[in-house]
Amino acid sequence: MRPIIKIENIGKQYRIGGPKREPYATLRESIVEKASAPLRALRRQSDSEDELFWALRHIDLEVEQGEAVGIIGRNGAGKSTLLKILSRITEPTEGRVDLYGRIGSLLEVGTGFHPELTGRENIFLNGAILGMRREEIKRKFDEIVDFAGIEKFLETPVKRYSSGMYVRLAFAVAANLEPEILVVDEVLAVGDAEFQKKCLGKMSDVASHGRTVLFVSHNMAAVKSLCGRTVLLDNGEVTASGGTDEVISAYLSGAGGVENFIDFGDCGFIHEDIRVNSLGVRAVGKNFSDPILRDNDIEVIAQLENGDTAGHVYHLTLRLKGEDGTFILVTSSSSFDEELIRPGSQQVRMLIPKNFFNLGTFYLDLLLVEDHRRIVAIQDDAVSFLVNPEENPLGRWMGITRGFLRPTFDWERIV
Amino acid sequence: MTPLPERPITVIKPSKGWVPVDLRDLWSYRDLFYILALRDIKVRYKQTLLGVAWAVIQPLATMIIFTVLFGRIANMPSDGIPYPIFAYAGLLPWTFFANAVTNSGNSLVGNTALITKVYFPRLLIPMATVAAGLVDFMIAFGILLILMLLYGVPFTLNLAILPFLLVLTSLTAVGVGLWMSALNVKYRDVRHALPFLVQIGMFVTPIIYPPSAIPEQWRWIITLNPLAGQIEAYRAAIVGRPFDWLPLGVSVAVTAAILVYSAFMFKRMERRFADII
Repeated sequence: MRPIIKIENIGKQYRIGGPKREPYATLRESIVEKASAPLRALRRQSDSEDELFWALRHIDLEVEQGEAVGIIGRNGAGKSTLLKILSRITEPTEGRVDLYGRIGSLLEVGTGFHPELTGRENIFLNGAILGMRREEIKRKFDEIVDFAGIEKFLETPVKRYSSGMYVRLAFAVAANLEPEILVVDEVLAVGDAEFQKKCLGKMSDVASHGRTVLFVSHNMAAVKSLCGRTVLLDNGEVTASGGTDEVISAYLSGAGGVENFIDFGDCGFIHEDIRVNSLGVRAVGKNFSDPILRDNDIEVIAQLENGDTAGHVYHLTLRLKGEDGTFILVTSSSSFDEELIRPGSQQVRMLIPKNFFNLGTFYLDLLLVEDHRRIVAIQDDAVSFLVNPEENPLGRWMGITRGFLRPTFDWERIV
Repeated sequence: MTPLPERPITVIKPSKGWVPVDLRDLWSYRDLFYILALRDIKVRYKQTLLGVAWAVIQPLATMIIFTVLFGRIANMPSDGIPYPIFAYAGLLPWTFFANAVTNSGNSLVGNTALITKVYFPRLLIPMATVAAGLVDFMIAFGILLILMLLYGVPFTLNLAILPFLLVLTSLTAVGVGLWMSALNVKYRDVRHALPFLVQIGMFVTPIIYPPSAIPEQWRWIITLNPLAGQIEAYRAAIVGRPFDWLPLGVSVAVTAAILVYSAFMFKRMERRFADII
């Protein structure tokens, strides 16, 4: 059978700092740049490779008609770039895509809603933006209103809508698109649990009617329930492709770029007569190579040798950082036990209770403190680890939750 | 399951050099054009006290000031037309043009969310913005009719040319607007330069003064301004004088040139809109 989507060697190159750091040029800068071009042309020869970066490279993928394909990967892996190329928002730098069907993309619900316009007006506006003809929208109008459940507020400007109503209306319009290929990015990140379930249902409907769905999500349960095949992107390249279950477990275990165990070796973490041989993070009762889930207890284990004879007191301090380098917290063994580290060879362990972290990648700096006042050795980003979603039943909140931590506190009814 | 077409419906690949405007694609999105224009019209006077009255106040107030300043105090010649009619006949298309260019120049940047999230022919945004201004033109035109009655200017068959002139002015505005809007995506200088350019534009266009006030040997320069020929034609149509076809012909030619250039320029810059906006 011929594929409905044929992606051949697609690549997208950005200039580093281009799209983000300099959102737009000014004429003056451009003139200055032109004036200094000859000089820079000389310099460029050496570092031109460094200024450009491939957000996506060498992507080959074929999708059959009626298939639902999941696309997973860490933030910045290139998922959104791929969808943007497929939906013709941005052009690829190289390669070619052949589409044998009309494509409809849903990269963000409510795109093009105008706050001042009423629900009714926005249905037409949003529908037209997504590529629907007016006749088509009229035909589906009742269905859309019904799906969103906003009959009573049709004549109200959407700026007066609650965020839930807003999202429901937006998804309802998009869900009634009838393209042969539907591209969906993280729409489940908004809306309440019941509505998310409805959305998933709608999407599997779409797929079962012979239409093709490309689905990007961080939510593994949603990907599993919807997609028969999944593609894993890492650093702009396809690193795994195949059955959803295998690819998801490859993704969860092969935490690329995450080093949750470090052996400091001979020239490692050492100060006079005390040395730390290794540091590692893992789920309690698991191996270092196993994925860490959110509802696992987590242990940080340090192997060290203390040959000190001068009577110093040593402590380990860990600084926990988020993906972007933000300091989240600092914890020290001194707060627990004055004499945790004894002379000789030993293993010490710090326990982090389950359901403490939010999802994401975390980094630990290791510090060795002498006599409560002097940092004598320090290793930034000694280890890093990825906290993966717990196996959540469908129908629960599946969107992105903000923040680094998501601890479970005691909640009770007191009156 | 419906069988797949023999050849791909869409081919996505990097484009190089000058690309022509895909008219078929543009046509298939005609509903969006209409709805975007409608959105701009509906939203324009939301949450304003005076609402649509603004469409009248702008040219009318300017006309009154000009009449006092230039017609009375400076005794500016007006080819024998009552100065208020003379000025208003110039201000009517000029106000439309100036607003259209300013709004469409800022339109792409104002629709960043759309451009980075959905595909549709980007040309539609500045074009729809110009179209939305037509409503204001119509309202201001109603005032013109009232002024004509007040000053006893007879209605003649010459008025029949107005729809053609309006199309021409719209096309000039689209031409300049496309160019400005695309430049604005890359260089935000445009946002600051536009009001200034529009102001200069008003003085180099015969609105306050008639072209006959310019020495004969320099008059051709002003004819190169595509609006000059148009505004003279608006006046001739309104007061029922014979048309001066040469400047109008030049205006059509210059407008066509601007339009073609801007469209290609726009298409060339379009491919990077989503990345740099």
